[in-house]
Amino acid sequence: MEFTRRETLAVGGAAALVAMLPKGAYAATTEEWIAEFTGGADMADAGIDLTAPEIAENGNTVPIEVSAEGASEILVLATGNPTPGVATFKFGPLAASQYASTRIRLAGTQDVVAIAKLADGSFAKASKTVKVTIGGCGG
Amino acid sequence: MADGVKPRVKVPKSASAGEAITLKTLISHPMESGQRKDGDGNVIPRSIINRFTCEFNGESVIDVTMEPAISTNPYFEFEATVPEAGEFKFTWYDDDGSVYEETKAIAIG
Repeated sequence: MEFTRRETLAVGGAAALVAMLPKGAYAATTEEWIAEFTGGADMADAGIDLTAPEIAENGNTVPIEVSAEGASEILVLATGNPTPGVATFKFGPLAASQYASTRIRLAGTQDVVAIAKLADGSFAKASKTVKVTIGGCGG
Repeated sequence: MADGVKPRVKVPKSASAGEAITLKTLISHPMESGQRKDGDGNVIPRSIINRFTCEFNGESVIDVTMEPAISTNPYFEFEATVPEAGEFKFTWYDDDGSVYEETKAIAIG
């Protein structure tokens, strides 16, 4: 099979486009996560606490704590991971406090971000830099 | 179902009415992130628990949506109010459709 110069360009261009598509559709960025959660609303700096270690020796289990008085939801993101989403905590009527603690994976040194949806519908954001000695995402 | 999945929860046996208690839960699960590769360079498919809920007598305490960035053997600690005697129900939802449940009764005293 022989291609003219024009056909070759067209085929190559189409192939490149197809190769790019899945990545663009798949990799939601931190900004997209935040926009989806807040709907583009402004975020205050106060009203949420995020506790994370300054240095984590092992990125496979990094203990974190989030708390936000009166929050209905808290979103946690790891900005430097291959996929930034970590967890979303939704607090029900029987939650005694809007506090949760868990262990997360961090691929490397990065900022961990927590965003709370507060009782009055506003949003608060906290972030913390964690230095990771050994990354926790395999590969 | 992933092998050897075993939920463990720590709930006090009794509390006074309206008291806030701390609950701790752990479930043994590999939480394969879908990012790792095996020896031949093939991606190991994602297999995680994607949701965890805790209810007391049918009312929600916490509902967590989990992503692959949650560590192996997911651990959660949180606080609940106990208005009356009853039962805590903990539920974990696996990517493969399995549901793991654990219940713990608590008395008022």
